[in-house]
Amino acid sequence: MTTSPVRDADEVLVGFTRALRAAGVPVTQDRTHGYLAAVALVGLGDARAVYDAGRATLCASPDDLVRYDQVHQAYFNGRDGLPRARQAQAGVPSYSGLPLSEDGLEAAADDADAEVARAMASDVEVLRHRDIGELTAAEKHRLNALFASLRPRHPVRRTPRHEAWHRGSVDASRTLRSSLRRMGEPAEIRWRRRGHRPRRVVLLIDVSGSMSSYAEALLRLAHRMTQAGPVETFTVGTRLTHVTRALRVRDPERALVAAGDTVPDWSGGTRLGETLRIFLERWGRRGLARGAVVVVFSDGWERGDAALLAEQMAALRRVAHRVVWVNPHRGKSGYEPVQQGVVAALPYCHDFLAGHSLATYAELLEVVGRA
Amino acid sequence: MQTGSADEIAEALRGTGYLTDDALATVTFLALRMERPLLLEGEPGTGKTALAEAIAQALDLPLVRLQCYEGIDATQALYDWDFPRQILHLRALEAAGAGATDVEEAEKSLYDERFLLARPVLAALQQSPAVLLVDEVDRADDEFEAFLLEVLSTYQVTIPELGTVAAATPPVVVLTSNRTRELHDALKRRCLYHWIDHPGLEREVAIVRSRAPEVSEELARQVVGVVQRLRETDLLKPPGVAETLDWARALHHLGTVELDLESSARTLGALVKYRDDATKVQHALDQMLRA
Repeated sequence: MTTSPVRDADEVLVGFTRALRAAGVPVTQDRTHGYLAAVALVGLGDARAVYDAGRATLCASPDDLVRYDQVHQAYFNGRDGLPRARQAQAGVPSYSGLPLSEDGLEAAADDADAEVARAMASDVEVLRHRDIGELTAAEKHRLNALFASLRPRHPVRRTPRHEAWHRGSVDASRTLRSSLRRMGEPAEIRWRRRGHRPRRVVLLIDVSGSMSSYAEALLRLAHRMTQAGPVETFTVGTRLTHVTRALRVRDPERALVAAGDTVPDWSGGTRLGETLRIFLERWGRRGLARGAVVVVFSDGWERGDAALLAEQMAALRRVAHRVVWVNPHRGKSGYEPVQQGVVAALPYCHDFLAGHSLATYAELLEVVGRA
Repeated sequence: MQTGSADEIAEALRGTGYLTDDALATVTFLALRMERPLLLEGEPGTGKTALAEAIAQALDLPLVRLQCYEGIDATQALYDWDFPRQILHLRALEAAGAGATDVEEAEKSLYDERFLLARPVLAALQQSPAVLLVDEVDRADDEFEAFLLEVLSTYQVTIPELGTVAAATPPVVVLTSNRTRELHDALKRRCLYHWIDHPGLEREVAIVRSRAPEVSEELARQVVGVVQRLRETDLLKPPGVAETLDWARALHHLGTVELDLESSARTLGALVKYRDDATKVQHALDQMLRA
């Protein structure tokens, strides 16, 4: 037998991994190697085993498995219906920390003109309190730079385990152990205290149509918080999407583009109760929301069943340490919490906050930090 | 046992009472042949831990289990020195006539392998071939994952006082995770991944029959039928295979021959563990068993 048919088979398999990568499964070179090795072991003749080998070597999470099945179906059984390839990140300009405004920069450089500098400062102050939903594109652009000024403080929890400390209670075992290490010579007394660990924060961001003018700002906020500590972010709408990985990218603009590519249901409807149920089932109850500070960003325009939402909020409250509801409309004058969703959810929230401006986000960070 | 093909693996595992589907058998076969760790995720009670036990039994290897928890560190996973015994040894040397012994020698004799407390990972490397089960790895901290990664990529451990301990043959490593958090990519890349789903009707009946042979075929079939339908309803915690087994056994102990409303109501505690679920299940059972 010549080697060429084998090589052809390898090419087909590598092509499959490419298709998989295009569909969003993070297939790396070494995974491809593992795949080829595994297929060689099970033999090409057994289609079912080749399929299983690919699942084991190329996938790393249940989400990957779903995509794998789609691509496998499309690639090996007629090539129509391939999931739409995701656009590479090219062509998106990346911004970073622009000065507040062109005029402002010049004014700051020319510090003789203190009047203008003061005007600029108050300008920033106004912008901090303006409703993000009503900003012009230019103002939004300036506001984006201001997100860097938010200082997230991470909540902490006490752990059952102790940590060494310079005072507190006597750490008998450590003291004894260090004396044993010196062959029984008495050593210094060690002290300990209860350990502290950062508490997990879970953000659930409503990206439905009614929230679309705030969604970008909220993702920026999530990005800012993700950079500071253990934060898990999900977008909710008609579907639940895990966007934490995208938001871990340090540069905010890139992170936002990556998150935007991940979320399939921008500006769709809201089925908050349903997506919350999926969140609790697949992530929350297993441990992600346990003892965590859960922040829900939504205006509460629920298209689904409000009773289901109430039930899920009750379940959420039972597992979470603190449940915070942030509503962009809350800060507006004349707002009454009458939307079906809000009415259903409110009894189960510890805090009900406004979330329409940068200043309110700073407040939110304060509440989360103290939780 | 023969490990020449996936079918042989499935056969050998069946011999221990663990029934696999094709996918799981293939993945296990690959893990053994490629000498890669096997990362298992899935709903609680679908037999992740049991697979490691079955592999150990089928291959006739010792099973070394490392249960992960928050704050676990290298001294609990790798090795530690047995200080009290070292001191005892030193005192014994003194009593035997301290002046005669060479100081260097005495010191060296303290760091001997017999004073080493081998924790699970080291024990698995020393005993290997063995099966190392790293259970609920998602409970451990991120730092511990990095440490595991190091061990799993080289299958050796360095002890400064003694030297390097390397496994003659790499142990079979099975990691399980309940997905309370996403594991690090670097660790996942080392492993073969498999998601264990709830089994289908026929296989679950077979599992019940093999694990709880005292339960009659008839009862097993009824129980599994009900459980399978319950999984489709909207429960907080859908019952796993472990719950099916518990329930079947509980019914058997009550002398149930045929599943009815009364006996199922009395044994519901074996099946559902949430109060909200209990009412839902009660309701669903009403409909199913009436029909």
